[in-house]
Amino acid sequence: MTDTSITPTTQPGDWASDQEVRWCPGCGDYSILTAMRMLMPSLGTEPHNTVFVSGIGCAARFPYYMNSYGVHGIHGRAPAIATGLAMARPDLDVWVIGGDGDMLSIGGNHLIHALRRNVKIKVLLFNNQIYGLTKGQFSPTSEVGKVTKSSPMGSLDAPFNPLAVALGAEASFVARTHDMDRQHMMDTFRRAHEHDGAAFVEVFQNCNVFNDGAFEGITKKQNRDANLIPLAHGEPIRFGADGEFGVIDESGCARVVHTADVSTDELLTHDETKHDPSTAFMLARLARGPFEPTPIGVFRAVRRSEYAMASTRQLAAAQEKQGTADIAQLLRSRGTWYV
Amino acid sequence: MTDTASRELPLQEIDEVIIRFAGDSGDGMQLTGDQFTSISAALGNDLSTLPEFPAEIRAPQGTLAGVSAFQVRISDFVITTPGDAPTVLVAMNPAALKAQLHNLAQGGALILNTDAFNDRNLEKAGYSANPLDDGTLDDYRSYPVPMSQITRDAVAEHGVKPRDAERSKNFFALGLISWMYTRPVEPTLEFINTKFRGREQVINANTAAFKAGYNFGETAEIFEAHYEVKPAPLAPGEYTNVNGNTALAWGCVVAGQLARLPVFLGSYPITPASDILHEMSLKKNFGVRTFQAEDEIAAAASAVGAAFGGALAFTSTSGPGLALKGETLSLAVSLELPMVVLDIQRGGPSTGLPTKPEQADLMMAMYGRHSESPLPVVAPRSPADCFDIAIEASRIALKYRTPVIVLSDGYLANSSEPWLLPDVDELPDIGVDFATGFNGTNEDGDGIFLPYLRDPDTLARPWAIPGTPGLMHRVGGIEKEDGTGNISYEPENHQLMIDLRQAKVDGVDVPDVEVAGDADADLVVLGWGSTWGAIDAAAGRLRDDGHRVAHVHLRHLNPLPANLGEVLRRYRAVVCPEMNKGQLCDLVRAKYLIDVEHIGKIDGVPFTTGEVASAVRQRLEELAGS
Repeated sequence: MTDTSITPTTQPGDWASDQEVRWCPGCGDYSILTAMRMLMPSLGTEPHNTVFVSGIGCAARFPYYMNSYGVHGIHGRAPAIATGLAMARPDLDVWVIGGDGDMLSIGGNHLIHALRRNVKIKVLLFNNQIYGLTKGQFSPTSEVGKVTKSSPMGSLDAPFNPLAVALGAEASFVARTHDMDRQHMMDTFRRAHEHDGAAFVEVFQNCNVFNDGAFEGITKKQNRDANLIPLAHGEPIRFGADGEFGVIDESGCARVVHTADVSTDELLTHDETKHDPSTAFMLARLARGPFEPTPIGVFRAVRRSEYAMASTRQLAAAQEKQGTADIAQLLRSRGTWYV
Repeated sequence: MTDTASRELPLQEIDEVIIRFAGDSGDGMQLTGDQFTSISAALGNDLSTLPEFPAEIRAPQGTLAGVSAFQVRISDFVITTPGDAPTVLVAMNPAALKAQLHNLAQGGALILNTDAFNDRNLEKAGYSANPLDDGTLDDYRSYPVPMSQITRDAVAEHGVKPRDAERSKNFFALGLISWMYTRPVEPTLEFINTKFRGREQVINANTAAFKAGYNFGETAEIFEAHYEVKPAPLAPGEYTNVNGNTALAWGCVVAGQLARLPVFLGSYPITPASDILHEMSLKKNFGVRTFQAEDEIAAAASAVGAAFGGALAFTSTSGPGLALKGETLSLAVSLELPMVVLDIQRGGPSTGLPTKPEQADLMMAMYGRHSESPLPVVAPRSPADCFDIAIEASRIALKYRTPVIVLSDGYLANSSEPWLLPDVDELPDIGVDFATGFNGTNEDGDGIFLPYLRDPDTLARPWAIPGTPGLMHRVGGIEKEDGTGNISYEPENHQLMIDLRQAKVDGVDVPDVEVAGDADADLVVLGWGSTWGAIDAAAGRLRDDGHRVAHVHLRHLNPLPANLGEVLRRYRAVVCPEMNKGQLCDLVRAKYLIDVEHIGKIDGVPFTTGEVASAVRQRLEELAGS
């Protein structure tokens, strides 16, 4: 999906701010930051037309490290801040960065509403299944039974599946990538950028201090063949070193099979443009956790009216019908009389 | 329509009348009151209105909880309040009578829809005996009128079903009152035609009911006179009738024009502020973008985002919503971005009294955020002043790059008055410049942008909006370094930033207060916000009685006008009527060590002139005796 028509006017270095990056050494956020800086020159946008908006958390420090415009907001509210910005300025390239606590716990409401409205913001959720900045409590994506400082006998909370939440919120673009594969991140972020509407990308991100290795079972090089299922539009869904595994639809549930056991046309053919989200939902829920075969890539990319542009069209229609701004007329609009 | 020849009744000239229309919330009392107001405005009367409706959309029919009322005062002199006690009460059913009778002035006129006084309705209203004939109404002049029946008869010829026919009875009442106060019929007939355009049967029914009411007054031989209220000596010019919420919404729309900025409103519906969202949503042709957010927090947060993008951003709410917006406002304080919060105060705590006014959010506006988070606070004093206050709040927000809170309330929101339209060309230019170039240099001498380098006069930081080449910068809620805006946890820097944010707000240019009334009096009445009308009228009444009273009214509550302390110290006594437990009193006492005496009232009803006058009179008498 690389657009070769764009001649980069910037270099990755132009996108790095002068601020020292202060994540823990070894944090997965570094590789996401690098992927973003490397991707940006090829998108055909400029730093001054780009805004990164974030809430609170480790991931939320991201805007400080990009040499663009940026707002480091308050906990959970980044999608709402970004919505106002994207409405006021549909010309800008607006990215929202946050973690699983920020966007699925305190900010869950804003996330789902931004997605259903389909306002043109690119939401990257760095999911590390733990609260990092507050030093290690369970998060809304932590597994049941997780022992943390705030759950010494194990967490009682059933986790959210971020992609299922996004699909349930009618997100028009839903994708997943991980911090161990720069090229895959760049490809996925690019697709999000190109999407005309709200884009939601879950990034599996390792917190090497409080939840180290959470995704190792699927993202470590030697585990990828067996446990990462790359989704490719129009292709049968298969994986494994030799494509020996595939995914079928078994009575509305996705199930992993040995391709040898089924005929090729029994395999699910991935269709990211399918308007009905049921298949995407089924794929989003294929893995019970990051320890068994897990699809990555673009789950859903459908066209739907973009919110800010729809708002702009209403302004134009109102001007057509009511005429342009006229203060004197406004003040007389409810009838007047003379004394 | 009746063909009985009209009687020659005496026409009495009166200087004012206060009419309260009361009925079931489905009876159309607000519409009736509004229309009577419009006709009277066109006749040149001064006027002031006070709608009163239940929080429930349709409370059970015929119950006290479902009573909706609309008070309108018209006069041939200048007035500032809707009046203390109505002199005429129109009661459409027993519940309306029961709920409103205590308001009626002694000897006042009662116009009663006798058809509604049946056993069922009497029971629902909690009457054990029929008040029409048990002596309850002996102290009043009662005019029993079978409104439902006459209305049904009048509209029968238009083929309206009897069930629907009665729905026109509010127009019967309007017709009758129009006759009593010699209002012309044409404007109402035109109104009916416009309002119900395309619904012929409704137009015919309402027209017939209205005429029947008018003719009833003329022919029924139960009234001894009808009345005339001559025009008031208002300043010449073109007027419109606005309530506070409409004026506030228009002020926000116009502020965008005066600042040459697109307007953005992020809002979540809440009583009594929703009408601002509704009104601004109708002004898309002014480039106004309204955003109905998922909650109060998102409403404020979207405004912060829009402000960062270069819009003139508003968020409208009431007390519970302001509480939710607190953290976002402290972000706006820290980001130093312009935005305006419209808080239409209502009774609390918690859900409280959603449709009733209170002035008890002052301390929340001042201090309802964590840490030291100062921001300017302003308050309109009358419905029409809401227009000016929106522009003033926007001016301050833009000039000083700060969130500003406007404290209106449920009284101003729905109350209306004639407004002498401003000369559009005389409205202030409140535009500011965006930053377009570097404002500093680095160690190598290269140009850089310092997002927190302040204007030495205003202490405002530059407003560089995305899309401006070269000025990329990051803002955030973490403490930032003076000048660069980079994250800083340095102790000295934090002290400096705390001090600078405070100094910026303290330095907002606020006009000095002016003393109204007797500048050399012993006592000054200090007020803020919607109490202006009642205080002004009370001071006038006391002056008529030979007292001397000064009145200082605050539109700027933070910072307070520079001369306030000096002015208040001139008086032996300072009294402050507020619809709260003494919040302005506390602020003024703390700042100036002046013993401001609180006159409180928190019953969901605005101060009457009489209440203020009697409290002030008592204090004046104490002063005279000491």
